[in-house]
Amino acid sequence: MSDSGVSATHHNHPIKTIREAINEALHQEMERDATVIILGEEVAGGAGCQGSDEAYGGVFGLTKGLGPRFGRGRVIDTPITESAIIGAAAGAANTGLRPVAELMFVDFIGVCFDQIFNQAAKFRYMFGGKARTPMVIRATAGAGMRAAAQHSSMLHPVLTHIPGLKVVMPSNAYDAKGLMIQAIRDDDPVCFIEHKLLYETSCPVPDESYTIPFGEAAFPREGSDMTLVAMGAMVPRAIAVADKLAAEGIYCDVIDPRTTSPLDGEAILESVEVSGRLVCVDEANPRCSVAADIAALVAEHAFSALRAPIKCVTAPHTPVPFAPNLEDAYIPSEERIEQAVRDVLGGR
Amino acid sequence: MKYSKQFLVEAYTTMTTIRQFEERMIKEFMAGNIPGFVHTYDGQEAVGVGVCMHLSDDDIIGSTHRGHGHCIAKGCDIELMILEIMGKSGGLCKGKGGSMHIADIDKGMLGANAIVGGGPPLCNGAALSIKTLGKPDVAVSFSGDGSSNQGTVMEALNLAGVLDLPHFFVFENNHLAEGTGDSYAVSGEIAERVRAFNIPCDTVDGTDFFAVYEASKKAIKHCRSGKGPYGIEADVIRYDGHFIGDPQAYRGEGEIAYLREHKDCLKIFRKRVIDEGWMKAAELDQLDEKAADAIEKGVQRGMAAPRPSLEELYSDVYCTY
Repeated sequence: MSDSGVSATHHNHPIKTIREAINEALHQEMERDATVIILGEEVAGGAGCQGSDEAYGGVFGLTKGLGPRFGRGRVIDTPITESAIIGAAAGAANTGLRPVAELMFVDFIGVCFDQIFNQAAKFRYMFGGKARTPMVIRATAGAGMRAAAQHSSMLHPVLTHIPGLKVVMPSNAYDAKGLMIQAIRDDDPVCFIEHKLLYETSCPVPDESYTIPFGEAAFPREGSDMTLVAMGAMVPRAIAVADKLAAEGIYCDVIDPRTTSPLDGEAILESVEVSGRLVCVDEANPRCSVAADIAALVAEHAFSALRAPIKCVTAPHTPVPFAPNLEDAYIPSEERIEQAVRDVLGGR
Repeated sequence: MKYSKQFLVEAYTTMTTIRQFEERMIKEFMAGNIPGFVHTYDGQEAVGVGVCMHLSDDDIIGSTHRGHGHCIAKGCDIELMILEIMGKSGGLCKGKGGSMHIADIDKGMLGANAIVGGGPPLCNGAALSIKTLGKPDVAVSFSGDGSSNQGTVMEALNLAGVLDLPHFFVFENNHLAEGTGDSYAVSGEIAERVRAFNIPCDTVDGTDFFAVYEASKKAIKHCRSGKGPYGIEADVIRYDGHFIGDPQAYRGEGEIAYLREHKDCLKIFRKRVIDEGWMKAAELDQLDEKAADAIEKGVQRGMAAPRPSLEELYSDVYCTY
């Protein structure tokens, strides 16, 4: 599972939240490698103000403590200037640094998308393999905080679509730490999508440094009746459904791809070969989504194994609404996931 | 000011190489030997060369879609450039970038950029590396009057000012953004925009190599000494269309002929060095011929080279995947 042999199932490790796990990964990598820098809005916070010198540590506190520890030369507060942030990160990555740029909300890729998809993602290919762009774009994503349409999107399908980018979406603290360390050490541009509802979720996380390779799915539950693929904040919901159904003797193979690019398609296909049934859960909008991509993958490569039509459980094809009842209805619920599993089990 | 013979030879050689390179690319394009879109730099040689004469391979430049001249001025191999522009195996970017995406990282050439205004944010990054790693180098971005209207360039100026980055912003105002004049499209003055960010910015006659060279010397010294960014706005001209094949219906009658007669940076260079008694016309002619020979050799090599192998379609997307 990891190159240092550290196991998630080793329960002697201290319990940490995703926020703490990512923060620890950033600390350890900045300590290990002087070329790692952090830049973004309020990654330290308080620049040019009269109050605390570290007012924020990132708007969600993910970079807390890094400013005092490594100094403002390596933990760089920027203006609200997303194109300049991503551009600076990409140019710095081409010339010897390993920047971790914080985009705050993933919705803000709208104002810097050129620097992501036309610049950083394409350098290696269009320059004939000579460019290296080892950068991480951290962004928080997802609905559930009543933050409404422009602060709640899940845009990993958009990023996954782009060749040259890697897209990481941890669902638990153990994975978050190992994937973040891998992202920083990786020589390609990596979009690291953090679901804002997961920041306080916790599990045992080793103190020492470890990496989790990209493109290797995790199997939080194993079973042969149903392949249940879920990403990000949908993973805990899929696990809850799997546990409920297990009490009835229905066993789901819950697959968390952890990275949508590269995608561990092999793990999904192998599981479907056994179960013959697929439910794919993704909080993103349905059209051209990762859920649709996985459904197409299975339809193309494991059609003969399927015993029932595939079902995708996603958000509707709408922006994220504000009113709490509407937002709750927008996000795929455990009830909808469970119903989809039962529907597919009830198929031929 | 006195310049060494070696310096003058190098400056003129690079300028005439760029001029003849572009004229040859036009010819090869019209003959069907170059695929795609090509934007030529002839007429603006004094700027690229006047700036890059101050730079070593460790200094970084970011270019534009009109980037051939910057590449040559920064020391890219012209034969490998021709292979690239023709889409051939062995090109600077393996034939996968083309005219609009030529880069040579080893030479500090961070890439032509087909997105207007795409380069300055990236050059901030190069400048950030220089500053963070404590190097004495400088990052130089080339932009036009067109990109001066892009928000990315304004953002890059602001961040460079905020972080005191060693970034030299070179604006080549050729007065045409594609087919739209700066008198229409640029509200106010470019240099004033730069100064508004508290970044010093000089205006310079971009048809005068020596003026550009001296202005750049001051600017680059400022950047290298840790005083933060600097800018120049160079007043230049554009001979060709936005792209090769552009009929330029937007140009005035006799406009280009006038520019060729009175605003040609090579003619101006030749007149100056001959009038000053620094070089003789015959010496300059010899450098023209030498450059023509090198380009001819490159074109022959380009014509003979094969297309990239089909495997190249799939490689170099990621370092590891």
